[in-house]
Amino acid sequence: MTPRRIGTSAGMARLLDRTRRAWYRFRKNSLSVAGAVIVLLVVCLAVFAPLLAPYPSHAGTFVDFDASSQGPSLRHLFGTDAFGRDILSRVFFGFRLSLIMGVVVISLTAPVGVTLGLIAGYLKGSWVETLIMRITDIFVAVPPLVLALAVCSILTPSVFNAMMAVSLMWWPWYCRMVYGIASSIRNEFYVQAAEITGASRFHIIFKEMLPNCFGPILTKVSLDMGWVILIGSALSFVGLGAQPPTPDLGTMVADGGKYLPDQWWIAIFPAIAIMFVVFGFNLLGDGIRDMLETESL
Amino acid sequence: MRFLKYIVKRILHSILVLFGLSILVFVIARVIPGDPARMALGPRAPENVVQRFRESLHLDKPIYAQYYFWLRGALQGDLGMSLFTKRPVAADIAEFFPATFELMLFTGVVMSVFGILLGVVSARYSNRWPDNTIRVFSYLGVCTPAFVFAILFLLLFGYVLQILPTIGRISPSIPRPPTRTGLLTLDSLLAGDLRAFWDSLKHLIMPGVALALGPIAQEARITRSSMSENLQRDFVALERSQAIPERKIMSKYLLRISVIPTVSILGLDFASQLGWAFLVELIFNWPGVSRYGINVMLHKDLNAIVAVIMVIGLTFMVVNIIVDLIVSWLDPRIRLGSERGV
Amino acid sequence: MAPPLLDVSGLRVGYDVYGGTLRVLNGVNFYLEEGEKVGLVGETGCGKTTTAKAVLRILPEPPARIMGGEVTFRKASVLDMSAKEVREMHAHGVAMIFQDPTAALNPVFTIGDQLMTAIRYSSLEQKLTRKEIRERALRALGEVALPDPARILDNYPIQLSGGMRQRICIAMALAANSQLMIADEPTTSLDVTIQDQVLRLLGKLVLEKDTSTILITHSLGIVREWTARVYVMYAGTMAETAPTAELFREPLHPYTQGLMKAVPKLTGEGIAEGIEGRIPNYLDPPRGCRFHPRCPHRMDICSQELPPYFEAGPRRQVACFLYRDGN
Repeated sequence: MTPRRIGTSAGMARLLDRTRRAWYRFRKNSLSVAGAVIVLLVVCLAVFAPLLAPYPSHAGTFVDFDASSQGPSLRHLFGTDAFGRDILSRVFFGFRLSLIMGVVVISLTAPVGVTLGLIAGYLKGSWVETLIMRITDIFVAVPPLVLALAVCSILTPSVFNAMMAVSLMWWPWYCRMVYGIASSIRNEFYVQAAEITGASRFHIIFKEMLPNCFGPILTKVSLDMGWVILIGSALSFVGLGAQPPTPDLGTMVADGGKYLPDQWWIAIFPAIAIMFVVFGFNLLGDGIRDMLETESL
Repeated sequence: MRFLKYIVKRILHSILVLFGLSILVFVIARVIPGDPARMALGPRAPENVVQRFRESLHLDKPIYAQYYFWLRGALQGDLGMSLFTKRPVAADIAEFFPATFELMLFTGVVMSVFGILLGVVSARYSNRWPDNTIRVFSYLGVCTPAFVFAILFLLLFGYVLQILPTIGRISPSIPRPPTRTGLLTLDSLLAGDLRAFWDSLKHLIMPGVALALGPIAQEARITRSSMSENLQRDFVALERSQAIPERKIMSKYLLRISVIPTVSILGLDFASQLGWAFLVELIFNWPGVSRYGINVMLHKDLNAIVAVIMVIGLTFMVVNIIVDLIVSWLDPRIRLGSERGV
Repeated sequence: MAPPLLDVSGLRVGYDVYGGTLRVLNGVNFYLEEGEKVGLVGETGCGKTTTAKAVLRILPEPPARIMGGEVTFRKASVLDMSAKEVREMHAHGVAMIFQDPTAALNPVFTIGDQLMTAIRYSSLEQKLTRKEIRERALRALGEVALPDPARILDNYPIQLSGGMRQRICIAMALAANSQLMIADEPTTSLDVTIQDQVLRLLGKLVLEKDTSTILITHSLGIVREWTARVYVMYAGTMAETAPTAELFREPLHPYTQGLMKAVPKLTGEGIAEGIEGRIPNYLDPPRGCRFHPRCPHRMDICSQELPPYFEAGPRRQVACFLYRDGN
């Protein structure tokens, strides 16, 4: 993405124009639109779950052994699990949890990671940069899932703690990406010009450098929603995230694993639901990236 | 010479990072509320016994002293006792590591070979049906976590079609070959036992492929886009204008340069699969370090948790360095840098 | 009169991109006699490189697409050739020097590998041994005045300077003893201090081997010094062609006139004027003459019809309605 000076009002007008054109490009790519539609659908299902789910009470403690372990039917599109709970409804509520986790984790990690990355990139060569990047290196020395699992296991398993654990190991990735961009644009002329005219560091970092990172950050945020949901479901799968009877897609897959292959629907439908959500966010993220990158054309 | 310096620098850097990691994990592990000594001995043990146990674990000392004791022991190979298996953690790791190593080796080979292969096919038949099919599957592959693949495979090949075994590394009816490398497949070959070889290979397929599919998809996409991009570059046009046969251009000149981004990603992909291996080993009851890791995590076995993370970190570091070596062998620009400063 | 070595007529080429098709070449005409040195001049983005690659059949297709026209080389139709015939043409007939030698050389293979492979495939029927090929390679490097050729064969492109890389490309182009050479802005990406040196070398070698050459450049100065005949190109069409001296004495096409005026003169005539406007968008090019939106002499017909090539003297043609009735 070619960095451009956005600090002025002329810059704002250009930004508006670019946004309009970018939106036009986005609309034309049917895959991105499909992704946006999927994401929108999932968000609606999640937000309005109590209204849309056929059996909203099944999301909590509910037992009806007469209706347990029934295959997919007209009454229960995804079947019921061993406790007689409607899987379709639980999947809707599962979307809720996944989305909440995604939003919370990214809201925590993105600002922190981006800020640290900008600072490290701008103050390249100083001890601050070394410190920040070494700490980042430590966090990325192990696969993200492993650290999350470890931290989760040490704390009491719960959704909240899972979110904290994932956040703890997620911020370094933002930091790294933004550091890469920041350290390369740090020597661009507009940054040097701002320095010479005596702009404060705060201004340079947040008003000059940050806008040029928006594109990759936005792309990453969109793709990350999918990844965070995956990691969250992995934690719950192992039992370190959401606890029963909270409906979480990962927990549902784990529970359903016990009933393979006869009552396959208990595990398979939540698994497909996970794929569906991640698929949507990936399409959306790719669409955003294409939209922002093909500007020069 | 320059290259040697580069490698030494990398290794030193990695060692420093591992140290930092050990501190981080150690601190996290010790920060939990609760009393590990009490948890290990149970609520009914008398207080003075628990106190003595606490002292033996240095739990009464400040945290940096605890770290010092741990580090000293670790460097001598003593990683403490596992409260879960009641054995030295080092012994546990030694027992379970080969299984994970074999699985990850299999996964690594499968994902490199097929990832690049599919990417090349995709680029060769760009926008025709092989390419489109591969792209659709690649997309789904990237979006699906390994444990979902594992469950799907378990269902399809393990239960419905019943052609692949669902548990462990080798069928209980087949005697294990004498241990030489710890890798069942290799050991069977070395002992000339083809039945054991075939059986252990069959056990590897489902967990290995489940882990490999995500990276295969990722690498196919990167290889394809790299090749497509390079196809438009001037050196390809020049090679064509020199009457070099198209097949040679694709298989030699285009391939080596296009594979570089893929190989660079291989390290990261491998790392993330090290993470997903925790779940996949659990699903297939694979007796590896990752399954051990899950168990000790669920039981809050602090020594073991720290040890497992360090082992994973070390493995990742080694893989990264190997991948870096391969990339710099492939790409002279990295090896030689700007010797002439142009 | 012998037919020309290369004859291009009505060449149309497009690129399929995200938003549609870029109609880059819109009816390109030119020819080259044996032994001639012809210049192709135009600003960046006017389609010069596309023309060269299309003629040599080395365009990346897709996304490029040849949409029409005829190209005749040694009396054979290039656009209709089979892959085998195209390879045959590449082996003995044509060679190309690219604008950026860094992009033209494969960065992960040694110079020796690339040079010797080029020699090998341009001389397959001679069945040379490895030793003979290596000798030829060393000789080729010597011809372009490169010091220590043996060491260079083992080097990678990254280890050499831009000037050296371009000399290697020249060596590769001439090693095949082709009849036709297209040099696409061979000195543009080189240091100013080296440009002249490399051009002289190229000129000398081309003279020695009597290679028919098309020299593509955006520099009027180079064209004036090195070519006998010139084509001026604008936005995928030929604006004008003439023997070099005549073109500079009396440019006819408004675009050529604008180009000449845009060159700053040392004789102190004030600041040079540019040409108003920008090159057209190839996705949606202007109807009729592609230059008409910027032309100070535009007429109604210019925005309706594409101007054909009007004769304006011996070996002179102009694609402009101003010269419709033979003025």
